[in-house]
Amino acid sequence: MGIVINGRDSGVTPLPGQCLRTFLRDQGNLGVKKGCDGGDCGACTVHVDGTPVHSCLYPAVRAEGRNITTIEGLAAAAASVPVVAPGFLAASADRDAVLDAGLHRVQQQFLDHQGFQCGFCTAGMVMTAATFNDGQRANLARNLKGNLCRCTGYRAIGDAIRAHMPQGEYVDTEAGSEVQPAVVLDRGQVGDDVPAPAGRDIVTGVARYSLDVPAGEYPGLLHLTLVRSPHAHAEIVAVDATAALQIPGVVAVFTHHDAPEQLFSTAQHELFTDDPDDTRVLDNVVRFVGQRVAAVVAETVGAAVQGARAVRVEYRELPAVFTPAAAVAPGAPALHGTKDSLTARIAHPERNIVAELHSAVGDVEAAFADADVVHERTYQTQRVQHTALETHAAIATVDGAGRLQVRTSSQVPFLVRRTLCRIFDLPQDQVRVVTGRVGGGFGGKQEVLTEDIVVLAAMKLGRPVQLEFTRTEQLTASTVRHPFTIRLKAAASSAGDLTGLLLDVQTDTGAYGNHAPGVMFHSCGESLAVYKCANKKVDAQAVYTNSIPSGAFRGYGLSQMIFAIESAMDELAAALGMDPLEFRRRNMVREGDDMVSTHAEPEPDVHYGSYGLDQCLDLVQDALERGGKRYRDAGLDDLGPPWVTGIGTALSMIDTVPPRGHFAHVKVRLLPDGTFGADVGTAEFGNGTTTVHAQLAASALGSTADRVAVRQSDTELVEHDTGAFGSAGTVVAGKATLAAAQELAVRIRAFAAGIRQVQVAGCLLTADAVMCEGTRVPLAELFAAARTAGVDLSAEGRWGGTPRSVAFNVQGFRVAVNRATGELKILQSVQAADAGVVINPRQCRGQIEGGIAQAIGAALYEEVVVDDAGRVTTDILRHYHIPTYADVPRSEVYFAQTDDTMGPLGAKSMSESPFNPVAPALANAIRNATGVRFAQLPLSRDRIYLGLLDAGLVPEPYEAEA
Amino acid sequence: MDLTTVDTVIHTQDPALFRPGDAWLAGGTVLFSYGSYAFGPAPLQRLLDLTGAGWTPISVTDAGLEIAATCTVAELYALPALLADRTQEWPALSLIRACCDSFVASFKIWNVSTVGGNICTGLPAGPMTSLLAGLGAQALILGPCGARRTVPVAEVVIGDSRTCLAAGELLRSVSVPASALMSRVAFRRLSLSNLGRSGVLVIGRSDDGGAALVLTVTAATKRPVQLRFAGHPTAGELRSALVEAIPAELYHDDVHGHPDWRRDMTYRVSEEIRAELEAGATAGVTVSGDFWPPVALQGPGDDTPWVLPTEKDA
Repeated sequence: MGIVINGRDSGVTPLPGQCLRTFLRDQGNLGVKKGCDGGDCGACTVHVDGTPVHSCLYPAVRAEGRNITTIEGLAAAAASVPVVAPGFLAASADRDAVLDAGLHRVQQQFLDHQGFQCGFCTAGMVMTAATFNDGQRANLARNLKGNLCRCTGYRAIGDAIRAHMPQGEYVDTEAGSEVQPAVVLDRGQVGDDVPAPAGRDIVTGVARYSLDVPAGEYPGLLHLTLVRSPHAHAEIVAVDATAALQIPGVVAVFTHHDAPEQLFSTAQHELFTDDPDDTRVLDNVVRFVGQRVAAVVAETVGAAVQGARAVRVEYRELPAVFTPAAAVAPGAPALHGTKDSLTARIAHPERNIVAELHSAVGDVEAAFADADVVHERTYQTQRVQHTALETHAAIATVDGAGRLQVRTSSQVPFLVRRTLCRIFDLPQDQVRVVTGRVGGGFGGKQEVLTEDIVVLAAMKLGRPVQLEFTRTEQLTASTVRHPFTIRLKAAASSAGDLTGLLLDVQTDTGAYGNHAPGVMFHSCGESLAVYKCANKKVDAQAVYTNSIPSGAFRGYGLSQMIFAIESAMDELAAALGMDPLEFRRRNMVREGDDMVSTHAEPEPDVHYGSYGLDQCLDLVQDALERGGKRYRDAGLDDLGPPWVTGIGTALSMIDTVPPRGHFAHVKVRLLPDGTFGADVGTAEFGNGTTTVHAQLAASALGSTADRVAVRQSDTELVEHDTGAFGSAGTVVAGKATLAAAQELAVRIRAFAAGIRQVQVAGCLLTADAVMCEGTRVPLAELFAAARTAGVDLSAEGRWGGTPRSVAFNVQGFRVAVNRATGELKILQSVQAADAGVVINPRQCRGQIEGGIAQAIGAALYEEVVVDDAGRVTTDILRHYHIPTYADVPRSEVYFAQTDDTMGPLGAKSMSESPFNPVAPALANAIRNATGVRFAQLPLSRDRIYLGLLDAGLVPEPYEAEA
Repeated sequence: MDLTTVDTVIHTQDPALFRPGDAWLAGGTVLFSYGSYAFGPAPLQRLLDLTGAGWTPISVTDAGLEIAATCTVAELYALPALLADRTQEWPALSLIRACCDSFVASFKIWNVSTVGGNICTGLPAGPMTSLLAGLGAQALILGPCGARRTVPVAEVVIGDSRTCLAAGELLRSVSVPASALMSRVAFRRLSLSNLGRSGVLVIGRSDDGGAALVLTVTAATKRPVQLRFAGHPTAGELRSALVEAIPAELYHDDVHGHPDWRRDMTYRVSEEIRAELEAGATAGVTVSGDFWPPVALQGPGDDTPWVLPTEKDA
């Protein structure tokens, strides 16, 4: 007997060194995911004879004679149904068979509790949890540590897994997560916890992510692997592909000689001129360890990898520079020194400065001279990697008509198309870009990192070409959050007024300037504007170094700057002996105040569409007080000698839409069966905008979300969509959807009024019919009538992203710090958010919980470490620790009650911003507990310990021999 | 991940067949995690699969335990429950679960990964190295032409990812003497993240009814460091012995802990262990660190990740 997959003998013999994961995917079981390929993330979990294993580590040859159950066969296996449709069938037949098998109890629980966001980890979560007994369910921290989720923060997953457990064994946190939407309309509309439309597909493993395409869809598919630079800075003298081309299966090797001359930026914005043109598809100079040198294309991944190792490259090493301070020093090697400042849009190529900002409002020096208290400190943030569970991947092919077809894991398919057209000089109508469901983004997929090279290869070879990043490529050669060094000086009067704020900022953009100007400017925006302060001075530089490029990351510069500023506000309050929240209340902007950052004049298109910052502060303060009382009442406020406890808070503000234009075009139409179809541009990567679009359309059409089918992220569907970044999914694309649906509602009522010969005012939309003065006309009937009459019941909506409003988040923590070991324990986590009218409270809570969890990772654990030679050493997930279930506390989430005048139906953005106040709130809580200010991230336990040791606060320290 | 350069898998336990480009395959979790190119200058070509040998995973005799290299971590984890009637006689069995739970790897990995594989990977934080070095186990190593040698597990790992095994040599089994199992033991572990990789793991063993103390430092140091005291040392004696045994450069330096922190924590938890074992009989093993913290830390309404793993987990 061979390998039996979901009850059927596959009849296929695996390759000797093959792991079970790729074998199962080759057999069509595409629900088995690759998150890391190294045993750390658990997305590939399957059962071997009923035992859960990580299939990426399981030798496939060892599976011979065994029964393998994958997510596609779980329900059938549990129901003892012998055969589930195997792979190799048409995708739709496969899908139907899997869905027909019903749901395993755990799948149902994940669906009921929406225990997913992007869903890429879900199959592995379900397959793991399906093996749990009650003892294991009671200790998810231990038993789920081999399953990483980057989106949810684990709360919803825990709820899903323990859904059936009796009260007492598992109790939801008391006040946790009171969700009080401002308005609750009918079910399925705005204000309702509508489940994600893709939920059933996700829990059954049939949702199709970027590379989940059956083999038959791309006949002759080739695989591309990149030769990457071992040097931080070098010129490529020669590339010899002879040996590589002799390896069986290798088809081609491409070098800079094959690449277009056109310079571009991997960063994607509405205006490509927002980023410097400093990148080539393949360059003859490499500027960081890991940069593309050549591309090897082969019949199999294995041959491509072997080929890549056989390519001989002769380098001429160039001097390299690794810190911004060194890079701007006189005599430093200029990374892009030969580029023209004006045409490449690099501020000072000869000095490695991509962009700079110098501004002054008022007179800070006078303010410092007059101040009663001054805080001065240098704050530093580290490189952080997005670690979306799905790595970057793309497939390019040229269809029979000569059109380029690109399928990619992207947040911005329309911008990718634009960039590809620019690089390869193609007309826009000759390129189509689509995404499948995207397995997480966080800003990392607002870049072109794979599409250009597969397009180059596909156009040269005339065959489909795929590139899938490994997790190591993700950690060493994609993009990271910009490291910031912030010299900060802040002053206050004894009355508690913030009187001066000086910031001297250097951001490290790495070898390329993708997002360097945007991140630098944005970092100095809302972070400063949220405080009234007459005297503000900012000097900022974004600087090239020979390191992995920095790029867009959730918060887009704000999280780094808010860490410094909110730490400083806490220090000023401490110096004044004032409650930090009181200090903030006194100095933060109130509705109507000018929001001034680096210009005396506020941004002309940013307004208080609503204002809930004051409510957020109150909500957090009250929750922390309740939490303190809980601990006191339980007699747990004294944790014993080495432990000290403290609380800390931080606030943040964000503009609800990025500046400089963000466009969306949406089409909504009535379908023959009386339901609706909405075509939108924005991609779904766990942000939940699909649900939001359906709810907004349903609200305008008097229907329910489940009657609105959303199609998305395909450049054929709509004219344009800038993309899902800058928290724009709801407030830009959603606004366009709302406009289209409102227009369609008008048309439907008018048409119904016409055929029924009644007044339009007498025609009311209900879920599936129009009530025409008491007579029910089903929408399906209406569609038929319209078709007969040649009337098109569809409508379009557009939104250009301006004017914009502001959203707020306030985070609070209660922590305990062990002064003897540096251990940190989060006793309570609270976040209050001002998201305007909350369209989908459960989803929005999930966004906030996920933001907190990701930010806890960035605050306490995560750092992409670059060594002295510019090499990233944290190249696997065991060395780049993202939070597991065990690391994330259950957060209380509260919403301010506001109703925005600009967002769709009163809503504001809430996707990046929950991340932003978390790190400073933790640092402030540690400061409150220990008296020590930690100004460098991450706040790891060893760093906390060594900081306490320096401050003489460690009880009975070991003293090193002199 | 796929080992794309491997073209042959053969079932053998004969070191004479080993040649460059070969790797012994036990559970495979390390080989498949790092891939074809991570093990030596040449890519892997053949896997020599040990699991067909049918070695008994664990043999229990009055002399102690013999654990086959191919015994899975899951099988080892199940042992204390199977030997429930021996826990009075062999209190040190309590270390087994504490060490298994020190794996950063999931219990799902334990279903496949092996005790021998963990030792042979040679990581400073290898929990099986910690456990078996701490218990004074002897490793049986097979070489070509029937060569056999035994080495204390504490000396098998000689540096970060380095072992005393020559190319082609094979770890056959480890033997834990009953005398060590009869000892009272203490366990301390700290990690930079909850349930994360160990930054320091120290095991103390009070042998011969308190006549000797054996302290085994792992994770904090590049290789296991074992200190043996006749009688019970004072705090000062312990400290001096640690200073002498562990020079600064022996503390491990990677992202899982700053060497200064590892050093100070080694001193701190070693002293805790010394004091605990000096204080006399305790029921079972007392552990510190992030996965078994003081009970008082479990707050009200706190969805605590810290629940003592219980029998019903198994």
